[in-house]
Amino acid sequence: MTPFIILSSRAAPLLRDNVDTDAIIPSREMKSTGRTGLADGLFAPWRYLDAAARTPDPEFSLNRPEASGAQILLGGANFGCGSSREHAVWALAEYGMRCVIAPSFAPIFRANCIRNGLLPVTLPEAAIAPMAWQAITVDLPAQEVRCADAVHRFEIEPEPREMLLEGLDAIDLTLKSLPAIEDWTSLDRKARPWVYLERTQ
Amino acid sequence: MTVQKAKTLFEKIWDAHHVADTATGASLIAVDRVFLHERTGAAALKSMAAAKRPVCDPARVFAVMDHIVDTRPGRGDGTLMEGGSAFITETRAAAKAAGITLFDVNDRDQGITHVISPELGIVLPGLTLVAPDSHTCTQGALGALAWGIGSSEAEHAMATGVLRLDRPKTMRVTYRGKLAPGVTAKDMVLALIAANGAGGGAGHVVEFAGEAVRALDIEARMTLCNMATEFAAMTGIIAPDARTFEYLADRRYAPENFDEPYWHTLRTDDGARFDREIEIDAAALAPMVSWGTSPEHAMPVDGTVPQGPPRAHDYIGLDAGAPLLGTPIDVAFIGSCTNARISDLRRAAAMLKGRHIAPSIRKALVVPGSSAVKRAAEAEGLDAIFTAAGFEWRASGCSLCFFAGGESFPEGSRTVSSTNRNFEGRQGPGIRTHIASPETVVASAIAGMIADPRELLVGN
Ligand code: SF4
Repeated sequence: MTPFIILSSRAAPLLRDNVDTDAIIPSREMKSTGRTGLADGLFAPWRYLDAAARTPDPEFSLNRPEASGAQILLGGANFGCGSSREHAVWALAEYGMRCVIAPSFAPIFRANCIRNGLLPVTLPEAAIAPMAWQAITVDLPAQEVRCADAVHRFEIEPEPREMLLEGLDAIDLTLKSLPAIEDWTSLDRKARPWVYLERTQ
Repeated sequence: MTVQKAKTLFEKIWDAHHVADTATGASLIAVDRVFLHERTGAAALKSMAAAKRPVCDPARVFAVMDHIVDTRPGRGDGTLMEGGSAFITETRAAAKAAGITLFDVNDRDQGITHVISPELGIVLPGLTLVAPDSHTCTQGALGALAWGIGSSEAEHAMATGVLRLDRPKTMRVTYRGKLAPGVTAKDMVLALIAANGAGGGAGHVVEFAGEAVRALDIEARMTLCNMATEFAAMTGIIAPDARTFEYLADRRYAPENFDEPYWHTLRTDDGARFDREIEIDAAALAPMVSWGTSPEHAMPVDGTVPQGPPRAHDYIGLDAGAPLLGTPIDVAFIGSCTNARISDLRRAAAMLKGRHIAPSIRKALVVPGSSAVKRAAEAEGLDAIFTAAGFEWRASGCSLCFFAGGESFPEGSRTVSSTNRNFEGRQGPGIRTHIASPETVVASAIAGMIADPRELLVGN
């Protein structure tokens, strides 16, 4: 996974509350069981006037010329709510986004971002609105977003911060604790035998 | 004697699953069960296989075909969604290769993940269960810590038996008093979300408690917990009681009995502290219907539409101040992991008996939550009541709950649906969804417009 350290980019606004993962990547745009080929379907219901013909809606934020190359998306409250589909994050990443800044995130979406090297930044709405279309810098080591003269500090738990800074693969990391997990499991087998099923098929 | 700190049910389950701390102070939490479905499961299994990571304990991993599987009679691997078959065949192959238990398209036990997991006793009180599906919270109704995750986290849980987690906050929602006739668990949860916002539960595990929750049967408790994700909560949970253990007795994957004292420790201790408490007067609740494009846009069926975001009013075609009652509808849908268990179908059929849907309804559909629910309903003759009333009777699956079923209606069509999401496009491009209880769906189907189910109860 690519580490996330410091990112400077223009910020594209999508300042609606409750942007759901069906809107980020509609079910009909998830055409294969893989993780790729999704960028074209990103925000399809809003981005295209006619999704089938792929006619862009010039009014939609990401279709504006200023949005070209933007790697930071500004969102509204409860961003990424709805379906747990990780495809929403895969689609954003494939499109080129590396960071989403919103007043709050739906929990599964937020966890999916962290597992895919996208930084979810939580800041108050009043701080986010003026960043629209500005060149901003997101600094993870300092936990700051800098926009012109304004500096906004953001909070992130140590675990996701570390995972993102180091670009760690969570599974590889956890597998290092395998002996501890196995010890725990063998004790647990005795304490809660009903948890451990026999194969039935 | 040491005095034990009073703990919430969540804390007891969390502590019992705490394997180790991570270097950064998060926790490795043991995962007892993983459930996959064809929409997101093949991706997780295939990616594990590509990385040559085996499933660490396949006996505790289950998969089912529920999301895009066809629900029309005589189904096979074909789907109404273009390209959908690949999800089914690839999930089947990946499940077989990984050695996990699969409930296939026409298996007796096939059904919506969150309906069959309790039915088969796969979820149990005190367990941790995860699935790459946001409505996994439904299963918290059995007293388990059950929550939705992404595909990468599902891989993590299958490969390592644990997840790396920061401890969530706790919230208790207490429903005081008794529900009025015609008011259901669906209305309880919609009222909570309408009052506290779709982001209101963010970061929390929500325990549902109080007299009105205790009074719910196990299936209605599942309806209540189902929409914890619409509240942005990590999950919902209800402490198990005699009803829970009775429900689970003799289920295939459940233990032989629940005699051990352990089972009866699974409750919040008196004096335990929650990070947040909400109280709701259950007796004051009315049947709730959503008016807009977020579950927080819900209101009493006999009220007037409040002022919301202009986008939501535009999409749904209803102005602030308009009544919901009398709004003509095109489609009625009873189904989904929220409201398609046998008790839901019984209540809906009881209201429909001897009645017929309005001629203006373009389609009315009942899709049982599982193949077992379907058989039980047929044995009781419920299917005949539904079809005589003008509803179509289907095989089990997610169906119209979301658009990947491939079935939809002309743009602007209005549905009343016993599902959990009314997002723009959730049921197809331009479809206007009103979520409500099965009772309200039935009353509206009969009237051909959004209607108050309490009026039918009076007439009964
Ligand atoms: S019924 Fe609907 S909400 Fe439930 S699992 Fe299926 S698609 Fe998801």
